[in-house]
Amino acid sequence: MAMPQIKPVESGAPEIAVSAKNISKNYGDVEALKDLTLEFPKGQLTSLLGPSGCGKTTLLKIIAGLLEPTSGIVEVNGKAVTGPGPDRAFVFQDFALLPWASVLRNVAFGLELRGVGKSEREDIAAKYIKDVGLGGFEGSFPHELSGGMRQRVGLARALSVDAEVLLMDEPFSAVDEQTRRKFQEDLLSLVQNENKTFIFVTHSIEEAVYVSDQIAILLPRPSRVSDIIRPSDLRTKDVDNIRRDPEYLDTVDRIWALLRTYVE
Amino acid sequence: MPLLQRLPIRRSLLLKLLSALLVFGAWEIAGRVPVSYAFPTFFESMSALWTLAIEGTLFSAYYDTLKPLVIGIAISAFIGIAVGLWIGLSSWFDWLFSPIFIVMQAAPLAALIPLLVMIYGIGLTSKVFVVCIMAMPVIVLNTAGAVRNTPTNLVEMGQSFLANRVEVITKIIIPAASPVIFSGLRLGVSAGFIGAILAELKITPTGVGDIISYSRSVADYPSMYAAIFSIILLAVLFLNLLERIEVTLFEGNDRGYASD
Repeated sequence: MAMPQIKPVESGAPEIAVSAKNISKNYGDVEALKDLTLEFPKGQLTSLLGPSGCGKTTLLKIIAGLLEPTSGIVEVNGKAVTGPGPDRAFVFQDFALLPWASVLRNVAFGLELRGVGKSEREDIAAKYIKDVGLGGFEGSFPHELSGGMRQRVGLARALSVDAEVLLMDEPFSAVDEQTRRKFQEDLLSLVQNENKTFIFVTHSIEEAVYVSDQIAILLPRPSRVSDIIRPSDLRTKDVDNIRRDPEYLDTVDRIWALLRTYVE
Repeated sequence: MPLLQRLPIRRSLLLKLLSALLVFGAWEIAGRVPVSYAFPTFFESMSALWTLAIEGTLFSAYYDTLKPLVIGIAISAFIGIAVGLWIGLSSWFDWLFSPIFIVMQAAPLAALIPLLVMIYGIGLTSKVFVVCIMAMPVIVLNTAGAVRNTPTNLVEMGQSFLANRVEVITKIIIPAASPVIFSGLRLGVSAGFIGAILAELKITPTGVGDIISYSRSVADYPSMYAAIFSIILLAVLFLNLLERIEVTLFEGNDRGYASD
Protein backbone atom coordinates (compact mmCIF):
# COMPACT_ATOMS: atom_id res chain seq x y z
CA MET A 1 0.00 0.00 0.00
CA ALA A 2 1.41 3.32 -1.03
CA MET A 3 -0.53 5.25 1.56
CA PRO A 4 1.63 7.68 3.48
CA GLN A 5 1.52 6.92 7.16
CA ILE A 6 -0.39 9.07 9.53
CA LYS A 7 1.55 9.19 12.76
CA PRO A 8 -0.50 11.09 15.33
CA VAL A 9 2.49 12.63 17.06
CA GLU A 10 4.90 13.46 14.29
CA SER A 11 5.78 16.77 15.80
CA GLY A 12 7.46 16.94 19.17
CA ALA A 13 8.32 13.97 21.36
CA PRO A 14 6.05 10.96 20.81
CA GLU A 15 4.32 9.40 23.77
CA ILE A 16 6.38 6.69 25.44
CA ALA A 17 4.68 3.30 25.85
CA VAL A 18 7.51 1.33 27.41
CA SER A 19 10.62 2.56 29.07
CA ALA A 20 13.51 0.56 30.43
CA LYS A 21 15.44 2.45 33.07
CA ASN A 22 18.97 1.56 34.15
CA ILE A 23 18.45 -2.16 33.58
CA SER A 24 21.25 -4.45 34.69
CA LYS A 25 21.11 -8.21 34.58
CA ASN A 26 23.81 -10.48 35.93
CA TYR A 27 24.04 -14.24 35.58
CA GLY A 28 26.45 -15.04 38.38
CA ASP A 29 29.59 -13.11 37.48
CA VAL A 30 28.52 -12.52 33.90
CA GLU A 31 27.01 -9.13 33.18
CA ALA A 32 24.42 -9.67 30.45
CA LEU A 33 23.04 -6.14 30.57
CA LYS A 34 24.61 -3.12 32.21
CA ASP A 35 22.79 0.06 33.09
CA LEU A 36 20.69 0.01 29.96
CA THR A 37 18.16 2.78 29.39
CA LEU A 38 15.84 2.82 26.41
CA GLU A 39 12.44 4.24 25.51
CA PHE A 40 9.88 2.75 23.17
CA PRO A 41 7.50 5.25 21.54
CA LYS A 42 3.82 4.36 21.43
CA GLY A 43 2.40 3.03 18.18
CA GLN A 44 5.83 2.48 16.69
CA LEU A 45 8.06 -0.46 16.00
CA THR A 46 11.40 -0.47 17.79
CA SER A 47 13.99 -3.05 16.82
CA LEU A 48 16.62 -4.36 19.17
CA LEU A 49 19.51 -5.17 16.89
CA GLY A 50 22.90 -6.56 17.72
CA PRO A 51 25.27 -9.48 17.40
CA SER A 52 24.40 -12.70 19.21
CA GLY A 53 25.14 -12.59 22.91
CA CYS A 54 24.37 -8.91 23.17
CA GLY A 55 21.42 -9.50 25.49
CA LYS A 56 18.60 -8.43 23.20
CA THR A 57 16.45 -11.44 24.05
CA THR A 58 17.29 -10.97 27.74
CA LEU A 59 16.05 -7.38 27.54
CA LEU A 60 12.88 -8.49 25.76
CA LYS A 61 12.18 -11.14 28.41
CA ILE A 62 12.73 -8.57 31.16
CA ILE A 63 10.19 -6.29 29.47
CA ALA A 64 7.84 -9.28 29.19
CA GLY A 65 8.22 -9.92 32.91
CA LEU A 66 9.59 -13.40 32.31
CA LEU A 67 12.98 -12.45 33.76
CA GLU A 68 13.70 -10.20 36.67
CA PRO A 69 16.39 -7.55 36.22
CA THR A 70 19.18 -7.47 38.80
CA SER A 71 18.57 -3.75 39.09
CA GLY A 72 16.57 -1.09 37.29
CA ILE A 73 12.91 -1.01 36.32
CA VAL A 74 10.73 -1.37 33.26
CA GLU A 75 7.63 0.78 33.01
CA VAL A 76 4.69 0.13 30.71
CA ASN A 77 2.46 3.18 30.44
CA GLY A 78 4.09 4.53 33.54
CA LYS A 79 3.46 1.43 35.63
CA ALA A 80 6.41 -0.65 36.85
CA VAL A 81 6.57 -4.22 35.54
CA THR A 82 6.60 -6.91 38.20
CA GLY A 83 5.73 -9.88 36.02
CA PRO A 84 3.84 -10.78 32.84
CA GLY A 85 0.79 -8.59 32.36
CA PRO A 86 -2.26 -8.23 30.12
CA ASP A 87 -0.71 -5.17 28.47
CA ARG A 88 2.01 -7.25 26.78
CA ALA A 89 1.89 -10.25 24.43
CA PHE A 90 4.82 -12.33 23.27
CA VAL A 91 5.64 -13.88 19.88
CA PHE A 92 8.24 -16.61 20.24
CA GLN A 93 11.14 -17.43 17.99
CA ASP A 94 10.33 -21.15 18.05
CA PHE A 95 6.55 -20.51 17.92
CA ALA A 96 5.86 -22.24 21.29
CA LEU A 97 2.62 -23.83 20.10
CA LEU A 98 0.92 -26.60 22.04
CA PRO A 99 1.42 -29.68 19.85
CA TRP A 100 -1.67 -31.42 21.27
CA ALA A 101 -3.99 -28.51 20.57
CA SER A 102 -5.64 -27.42 17.32
CA VAL A 103 -4.85 -24.09 15.68
CA LEU A 104 -8.10 -22.73 17.12
CA ARG A 105 -7.23 -23.73 20.67
CA ASN A 106 -3.65 -22.50 20.30
CA VAL A 107 -4.80 -19.09 19.13
CA ALA A 108 -7.46 -18.94 21.84
CA PHE A 109 -5.02 -20.13 24.52
CA GLY A 110 -4.12 -16.63 25.74
CA LEU A 111 -7.83 -15.83 26.12
CA GLU A 112 -8.44 -19.21 27.76
CA LEU A 113 -5.85 -18.30 30.41
CA ARG A 114 -7.61 -14.97 30.89
CA GLY A 115 -10.83 -16.78 31.70
CA VAL A 116 -12.74 -15.79 28.55
CA GLY A 117 -15.64 -18.18 27.90
CA LYS A 118 -15.22 -20.89 25.29
CA SER A 119 -17.57 -19.66 22.58
CA GLU A 120 -16.46 -16.04 22.94
CA ARG A 121 -12.75 -16.81 22.79
CA GLU A 122 -13.22 -19.12 19.84
CA ASP A 123 -15.05 -16.38 17.95
CA ILE A 124 -12.22 -13.95 18.63
CA ALA A 125 -9.60 -16.55 17.72
CA ALA A 126 -11.39 -17.42 14.47
CA LYS A 127 -11.34 -13.76 13.47
CA TYR A 128 -7.59 -13.45 14.02
CA ILE A 129 -6.92 -16.78 12.31
CA LYS A 130 -8.63 -15.30 9.25
CA ASP A 131 -6.71 -12.03 9.65
CA VAL A 132 -3.34 -13.76 9.54
CA GLY A 133 -4.45 -15.72 6.50
CA LEU A 134 -5.03 -19.13 8.04
CA GLY A 135 -8.80 -19.36 7.47
CA GLY A 136 -9.75 -23.02 6.99
CA PHE A 137 -6.92 -24.34 9.18
CA GLU A 138 -8.75 -23.90 12.51
CA GLY A 139 -8.92 -27.65 13.10
CA SER A 140 -5.37 -28.44 12.01
CA PHE A 141 -2.62 -29.38 14.41
CA PRO A 142 0.73 -27.53 14.51
CA HIS A 143 2.65 -30.49 13.06
CA GLU A 144 0.48 -30.30 9.95
CA LEU A 145 1.56 -26.71 9.24
CA SER A 146 4.70 -25.25 7.68
CA GLY A 147 7.07 -23.09 9.74
CA GLY A 148 5.61 -19.90 8.34
CA MET A 149 2.06 -20.97 9.08
CA ARG A 150 3.05 -21.94 12.63
CA GLN A 151 4.42 -18.46 13.22
CA ARG A 152 1.17 -17.02 11.88
CA VAL A 153 -0.58 -19.03 14.58
CA GLY A 154 1.83 -17.56 17.15
CA LEU A 155 1.11 -14.08 15.83
CA ALA A 156 -2.67 -14.62 15.89
CA ARG A 157 -2.40 -15.82 19.49
CA ALA A 158 -0.52 -12.66 20.47
CA LEU A 159 -2.96 -10.41 18.58
CA SER A 160 -6.08 -12.06 19.98
CA VAL A 161 -5.35 -11.00 23.57
CA ASP A 162 -5.34 -7.41 22.31
CA ALA A 163 -2.33 -6.25 24.30
CA GLU A 164 -0.97 -2.76 23.73
CA VAL A 165 2.60 -3.95 23.43
CA LEU A 166 3.70 -6.79 21.17
CA LEU A 167 7.04 -8.35 22.02
CA MET A 168 8.56 -10.30 19.17
CA ASP A 169 11.66 -12.42 19.71
CA GLU A 170 13.28 -13.02 16.32
CA PRO A 171 9.88 -14.13 15.05
CA PHE A 172 10.94 -14.68 11.45
CA SER A 173 14.30 -16.33 11.99
CA ALA A 174 12.90 -19.86 11.83
CA VAL A 175 11.02 -19.43 8.55
CA ASP A 176 12.32 -19.51 4.99
CA GLU A 177 13.46 -16.38 3.16
CA GLN A 178 10.41 -15.90 0.95
CA THR A 179 8.01 -16.33 3.86
CA ARG A 180 10.16 -13.96 5.84
CA ARG A 181 9.82 -11.21 3.25
CA LYS A 182 6.06 -11.66 3.18
CA PHE A 183 6.00 -11.49 6.97
CA GLN A 184 8.00 -8.27 6.96
CA GLU A 185 5.53 -6.66 4.56
CA ASP A 186 2.61 -7.89 6.67
CA LEU A 187 4.31 -6.54 9.77
CA LEU A 188 4.56 -3.07 8.23
CA SER A 189 0.83 -2.95 7.56
CA LEU A 190 0.17 -4.38 11.01
CA VAL A 191 2.13 -1.55 12.63
CA GLN A 192 0.21 0.89 10.46
CA ASN A 193 -3.25 -0.50 11.12
CA GLU A 194 -3.11 -1.68 14.72
CA ASN A 195 -2.42 1.01 17.24
CA LYS A 196 0.11 -1.11 19.09
CA THR A 197 3.67 -0.71 20.22
CA PHE A 198 6.01 -3.31 18.74
CA ILE A 199 9.32 -4.35 20.22
CA PHE A 200 11.12 -6.53 17.76
CA VAL A 201 14.34 -8.47 18.34
CA THR A 202 16.35 -9.33 15.28
CA HIS A 203 19.90 -10.02 14.23
CA SER A 204 19.24 -9.04 10.62
CA ILE A 205 20.30 -5.49 9.75
CA GLU A 206 18.21 -5.44 6.57
CA GLU A 207 15.14 -6.66 8.41
CA ALA A 208 15.55 -4.04 11.14
CA VAL A 209 15.94 -1.20 8.66
CA TYR A 210 13.03 -2.46 6.58
CA VAL A 211 10.46 -2.68 9.37
CA SER A 212 11.52 -0.27 12.12
CA ASP A 213 10.56 3.24 13.18
CA GLN A 214 13.46 3.15 15.60
CA ILE A 215 16.46 0.83 15.77
CA ALA A 216 18.39 0.40 19.01
CA ILE A 217 21.83 -0.98 18.33
CA LEU A 218 23.01 -3.09 21.25
CA LEU A 219 26.67 -3.89 21.68
CA PRO A 220 27.82 -6.82 23.76
CA ARG A 221 29.90 -7.55 26.85
CA PRO A 222 28.31 -5.99 28.77
CA SER A 223 25.33 -5.02 26.75
CA ARG A 224 24.49 -1.38 26.27
CA VAL A 225 22.70 0.78 23.73
CA SER A 226 25.34 2.16 21.42
CA ASP A 227 23.13 4.03 18.95
CA ILE A 228 19.54 4.78 18.17
CA ILE A 229 18.75 5.11 14.50
CA ARG A 230 15.45 6.37 13.12
CA PRO A 231 14.98 5.62 9.44
CA SER A 232 11.99 7.92 9.59
CA ASP A 233 11.76 8.88 5.91
CA LEU A 234 11.52 5.25 4.90
CA ARG A 235 8.23 4.86 6.70
CA THR A 236 6.48 7.18 4.31
CA LYS A 237 7.68 5.31 1.24
CA ASP A 238 5.97 2.61 -0.75
CA VAL A 239 6.87 -0.81 0.71
CA ASP A 240 7.78 -2.11 -2.75
CA ASN A 241 10.50 0.51 -3.14
CA ILE A 242 12.06 0.51 0.31
CA ARG A 243 14.82 -1.93 -0.55
CA ARG A 244 15.93 0.27 -3.48
CA ASP A 245 15.85 3.47 -1.53
CA PRO A 246 19.21 5.22 -0.99
CA GLU A 247 18.30 5.92 2.63
CA TYR A 248 17.65 2.22 3.18
CA LEU A 249 21.01 1.26 1.70
CA ASP A 250 22.87 3.98 3.58
CA THR A 251 21.30 3.03 6.89
CA VAL A 252 22.16 -0.63 6.37
CA ASP A 253 25.77 0.35 5.63
CA ARG A 254 25.97 2.65 8.61
CA ILE A 255 24.74 -0.05 10.98
CA TRP A 256 27.13 -2.59 9.54
CA ALA A 257 30.01 -0.15 10.06
CA LEU A 258 29.00 0.11 13.72
CA LEU A 259 28.69 -3.62 14.22
CA ARG A 260 31.50 -5.09 12.16
CA THR A 261 34.16 -4.63 14.83
CA TYR A 262 32.10 -6.75 17.20
CA VAL A 263 31.79 -9.71 14.89
CA GLU A 264 34.69 -12.05 15.35
CA MET B 1 -7.85 -41.13 -0.80
CA PRO B 2 -9.84 -43.32 1.65
CA LEU B 3 -8.43 -46.40 -0.06
CA LEU B 4 -4.88 -45.08 0.22
CA GLN B 5 -5.41 -44.37 3.87
CA ARG B 6 -6.92 -47.72 4.62
CA LEU B 7 -4.37 -49.83 2.79
CA PRO B 8 -1.47 -49.42 5.26
CA ILE B 9 -3.82 -50.27 8.13
CA ARG B 10 -4.88 -53.45 6.38
CA ARG B 11 -1.30 -54.32 5.63
CA SER B 12 -0.24 -53.79 9.22
CA LEU B 13 -3.12 -55.96 10.40
CA LEU B 14 -2.08 -58.60 7.91
CA LEU B 15 1.50 -58.48 9.14
CA LYS B 16 0.35 -58.76 12.75
CA LEU B 17 -1.69 -61.84 11.88
CA LEU B 18 1.27 -63.27 10.00
CA SER B 19 3.55 -62.71 12.97
CA ALA B 20 1.04 -64.45 15.27
CA LEU B 21 0.77 -67.30 12.76
CA LEU B 22 4.56 -67.71 12.74
CA VAL B 23 4.80 -67.87 16.52
CA PHE B 24 1.85 -70.26 16.91
CA GLY B 25 3.12 -72.38 14.02
CA ALA B 26 6.54 -72.66 15.63
CA TRP B 27 4.84 -73.53 18.91
CA GLU B 28 2.73 -76.23 17.22
CA ILE B 29 5.78 -77.75 15.49
CA ALA B 30 7.88 -77.62 18.66
CA GLY B 31 5.04 -79.34 20.53
CA ARG B 32 4.76 -82.05 17.88
CA VAL B 33 8.51 -82.81 17.71
CA PRO B 34 8.33 -82.69 20.85
CA VAL B 35 11.09 -80.58 22.41
CA SER B 36 10.08 -81.88 25.81
CA TYR B 37 7.31 -84.18 27.04
CA ALA B 38 6.25 -81.25 29.20
CA PHE B 39 5.67 -79.01 26.17
CA PRO B 40 2.19 -79.33 24.66
CA THR B 41 1.28 -78.27 21.14
CA PHE B 42 -0.53 -75.02 20.41
CA PHE B 43 -3.83 -76.76 19.66
CA GLU B 44 -3.68 -78.89 22.81
CA SER B 45 -3.14 -75.72 24.83
CA MET B 46 -5.98 -73.93 23.08
CA SER B 47 -8.41 -76.76 23.68
CA ALA B 48 -7.31 -76.80 27.33
CA LEU B 49 -8.01 -73.08 27.43
CA TRP B 50 -11.46 -73.71 25.95
CA THR B 51 -12.16 -76.34 28.60
CA LEU B 52 -11.00 -74.03 31.38
CA ALA B 53 -13.24 -71.31 30.00
CA ILE B 54 -16.29 -73.58 29.67
CA GLU B 55 -15.86 -75.01 33.17
CA GLY B 56 -15.69 -71.46 34.46
CA THR B 57 -12.40 -72.14 36.24
CA LEU B 58 -10.69 -69.53 34.15
CA PHE B 59 -13.12 -66.76 35.04
CA SER B 60 -13.15 -67.38 38.76
CA ALA B 61 -9.35 -67.58 38.60
CA TYR B 62 -9.18 -64.22 36.88
CA TYR B 63 -11.51 -62.75 39.43
CA ASP B 64 -8.93 -63.66 42.07
CA THR B 65 -5.94 -62.55 40.03
CA LEU B 66 -7.37 -59.28 38.83
CA LYS B 67 -8.30 -58.14 42.31
CA PRO B 68 -4.74 -57.45 43.55
CA LEU B 69 -3.70 -56.49 40.02
CA VAL B 70 -6.36 -53.83 39.50
CA ILE B 71 -6.07 -52.46 43.03
CA GLY B 72 -2.27 -52.44 42.83
CA ILE B 73 -2.16 -50.78 39.43
CA ALA B 74 -4.76 -48.21 40.41
CA ILE B 75 -2.78 -47.31 43.52
CA SER B 76 0.52 -47.28 41.60
CA ALA B 77 -0.87 -45.12 38.81
CA PHE B 78 -2.54 -42.65 41.14
CA ILE B 79 0.22 -42.30 43.73
CA GLY B 80 2.97 -42.88 41.16
CA ILE B 81 1.89 -40.07 38.87
CA ALA B 82 1.28 -37.72 41.79
CA VAL B 83 4.66 -38.43 43.40
CA GLY B 84 6.34 -38.29 39.99
CA LEU B 85 4.83 -34.87 39.30
CA TRP B 86 6.00 -33.66 42.66
CA ILE B 87 9.52 -34.99 42.15
CA GLY B 88 9.66 -33.46 38.68
CA LEU B 89 8.48 -30.07 39.90
CA SER B 90 10.66 -29.70 42.96
CA SER B 91 14.35 -30.47 43.10
CA TRP B 92 14.01 -30.78 46.85
CA PHE B 93 11.58 -33.67 46.48
CA ASP B 94 13.77 -35.09 43.79
CA TRP B 95 16.65 -35.44 46.24
CA LEU B 96 14.36 -36.82 48.92
CA PHE B 97 12.36 -39.41 46.99
CA SER B 98 14.11 -40.35 43.75
CA PRO B 99 16.65 -42.64 45.50
CA ILE B 100 13.83 -44.64 47.10
CA PHE B 101 12.25 -45.44 43.75
CA ILE B 102 15.56 -46.11 42.05
CA VAL B 103 16.38 -48.63 44.79
CA MET B 104 12.86 -50.11 44.50
CA GLN B 105 13.35 -50.54 40.78
CA ALA B 106 16.71 -52.21 41.20
CA ALA B 107 15.74 -54.46 44.12
CA PRO B 108 15.22 -58.16 43.40
CA LEU B 109 11.57 -58.41 44.36
CA ALA B 110 11.43 -62.14 45.06
CA ALA B 111 13.84 -61.59 47.93
CA LEU B 112 11.45 -59.10 49.54
CA ILE B 113 8.39 -61.34 49.38
CA PRO B 114 9.15 -63.26 52.63
CA LEU B 115 9.48 -59.93 54.39
CA LEU B 116 6.12 -58.73 53.03
CA VAL B 117 4.47 -61.99 54.09
CA MET B 118 5.90 -61.62 57.58
CA ILE B 119 4.46 -58.12 57.88
CA TYR B 120 1.18 -58.35 55.97
CA GLY B 121 0.43 -62.06 55.99
CA ILE B 122 -0.57 -64.12 52.97
CA GLY B 123 -3.73 -62.22 52.05
CA LEU B 124 -4.68 -59.61 49.52
CA THR B 125 -2.55 -56.86 51.13
CA SER B 126 0.72 -58.62 50.44
CA LYS B 127 -0.23 -59.29 46.84
CA VAL B 128 -1.28 -55.70 46.27
CA PHE B 129 2.07 -54.68 47.72
CA VAL B 130 3.96 -56.91 45.31
CA VAL B 131 2.08 -55.40 42.37
CA CYS B 132 2.79 -51.88 43.66
CA ILE B 133 6.49 -52.51 44.23
CA MET B 134 6.73 -53.80 40.68
CA ALA B 135 4.63 -51.13 39.00
CA MET B 136 5.24 -47.95 40.92
CA PRO B 137 8.95 -47.13 40.45
CA VAL B 138 8.84 -47.02 36.67
CA ILE B 139 5.67 -44.89 36.74
CA VAL B 140 7.21 -42.46 39.24
CA LEU B 141 10.56 -42.19 37.48
CA ASN B 142 9.06 -41.76 34.01
CA THR B 143 6.61 -39.12 35.22
CA ALA B 144 9.34 -37.21 37.05
CA GLY B 145 11.65 -37.32 34.05
CA ALA B 146 8.92 -36.19 31.67
CA VAL B 147 7.94 -33.29 33.91
CA ARG B 148 11.55 -32.21 34.28
CA ASN B 149 11.93 -32.22 30.50
CA THR B 150 8.91 -30.06 29.68
CA PRO B 151 10.03 -27.71 26.91
CA THR B 152 10.88 -24.44 28.67
CA ASN B 153 9.53 -22.40 25.78
CA LEU B 154 6.02 -23.77 26.38
CA VAL B 155 6.21 -22.92 30.08
CA GLU B 156 7.44 -19.43 29.24
CA MET B 157 4.65 -19.05 26.72
CA GLY B 158 2.11 -19.97 29.40
CA GLN B 159 3.61 -17.51 31.87
CA SER B 160 3.72 -14.70 29.35
CA PHE B 161 0.02 -15.25 28.62
CA LEU B 162 -0.69 -14.99 32.35
CA ALA B 163 -1.03 -18.64 33.34
CA ASN B 164 -0.74 -19.16 37.08
CA ARG B 165 1.27 -22.04 38.54
CA VAL B 166 -1.70 -24.44 38.58
CA GLU B 167 -2.59 -23.65 34.95
CA VAL B 168 1.02 -24.12 33.88
CA ILE B 169 0.95 -27.57 35.48
CA THR B 170 -2.48 -28.68 34.24
CA LYS B 171 -2.54 -27.06 30.81
CA ILE B 172 1.10 -27.32 29.79
CA ILE B 173 3.31 -29.57 31.90
CA ILE B 174 0.94 -32.55 32.24
CA PRO B 175 -0.17 -32.69 28.58
CA ALA B 176 3.42 -32.18 27.44
CA ALA B 177 4.59 -34.97 29.73
CA SER B 178 1.71 -37.28 28.87
CA PRO B 179 3.45 -39.41 26.20
CA VAL B 180 6.25 -40.33 28.61
CA ILE B 181 3.83 -40.67 31.53
CA PHE B 182 1.78 -43.08 29.44
CA SER B 183 4.83 -45.06 28.39
CA GLY B 184 5.73 -45.32 32.09
CA LEU B 185 2.17 -46.43 32.77
CA ARG B 186 2.46 -49.12 30.11
CA LEU B 187 5.75 -50.37 31.56
CA GLY B 188 4.21 -50.18 35.02
CA VAL B 189 1.17 -52.20 33.96
CA SER B 190 3.29 -54.94 32.42
CA ALA B 191 5.46 -55.00 35.54
CA GLY B 192 2.24 -55.16 37.57
CA PHE B 193 1.13 -58.26 35.65
CA ILE B 194 4.46 -59.90 36.47
CA GLY B 195 4.00 -58.89 40.09
CA ALA B 196 0.48 -60.30 40.30
CA ILE B 197 1.51 -63.70 38.92
CA LEU B 198 4.69 -63.72 41.00
CA ALA B 199 2.64 -63.05 44.12
CA GLU B 200 0.34 -65.97 43.31
CA LEU B 201 3.23 -68.29 42.68
CA LYS B 202 5.31 -67.18 45.70
CA ILE B 203 2.81 -66.25 48.42
CA THR B 204 -0.34 -68.37 48.14
CA PRO B 205 -1.48 -70.09 44.98
CA THR B 206 -4.74 -68.42 43.97
CA GLY B 207 -6.25 -67.41 40.68
CA VAL B 208 -4.24 -67.91 37.52
CA GLY B 209 -1.12 -68.66 39.55
CA ASP B 210 -3.06 -71.52 41.12
CA ILE B 211 -4.02 -72.96 37.71
CA ILE B 212 -0.37 -72.76 36.66
CA SER B 213 1.10 -74.40 39.75
CA TYR B 214 -1.73 -76.94 40.16
CA SER B 215 -1.67 -78.14 36.54
CA ARG B 216 2.10 -78.34 36.74
CA SER B 217 1.90 -80.54 39.87
CA VAL B 218 -0.56 -82.94 38.19
CA ALA B 219 1.38 -82.82 34.90
CA ASP B 220 -1.57 -81.24 33.01
CA TYR B 221 0.77 -79.22 30.86
CA PRO B 222 -1.76 -78.03 28.27
CA SER B 223 -3.76 -76.33 31.04
CA MET B 224 -0.60 -74.79 32.46
CA TYR B 225 0.35 -73.31 29.11
CA ALA B 226 -3.25 -72.25 28.48
CA ALA B 227 -3.17 -70.24 31.70
CA ILE B 228 0.18 -68.65 30.83
CA PHE B 229 -1.07 -67.87 27.32
CA SER B 230 -4.25 -66.25 28.63
CA ILE B 231 -2.41 -63.93 31.00
CA ILE B 232 -0.06 -62.80 28.23
CA LEU B 233 -3.05 -62.19 25.96
CA LEU B 234 -4.79 -60.16 28.65
CA ALA B 235 -1.67 -58.07 29.27
CA VAL B 236 -1.31 -57.30 25.55
CA LEU B 237 -4.97 -56.34 25.22
CA PHE B 238 -4.75 -54.10 28.25
CA LEU B 239 -1.65 -52.33 26.95
CA ASN B 240 -3.37 -51.75 23.62
CA LEU B 241 -6.36 -50.26 25.41
CA LEU B 242 -4.03 -47.89 27.26
CA GLU B 243 -2.48 -46.78 24.00
CA ARG B 244 -5.93 -46.08 22.51
CA ILE B 245 -6.84 -43.96 25.53
CA GLU B 246 -3.65 -41.95 25.15
CA VAL B 247 -4.19 -41.31 21.44
CA THR B 248 -7.75 -40.07 21.97
CA LEU B 249 -6.77 -37.89 24.93
CA PHE B 250 -3.81 -36.09 23.34
CA GLU B 251 -4.27 -36.14 19.62
CA GLY B 252 -1.33 -34.10 18.33
CA ASN B 253 1.16 -35.42 20.85
CA ASP B 254 2.23 -38.58 19.07
CA ARG B 255 3.33 -36.53 16.10
CA GLY B 256 6.13 -34.60 17.70
CA TYR B 257 6.60 -31.04 18.79
CA ALA B 258 5.80 -28.22 16.42
CA SER B 259 9.24 -26.74 16.85
CA ASP B 260 11.03 -29.96 15.83
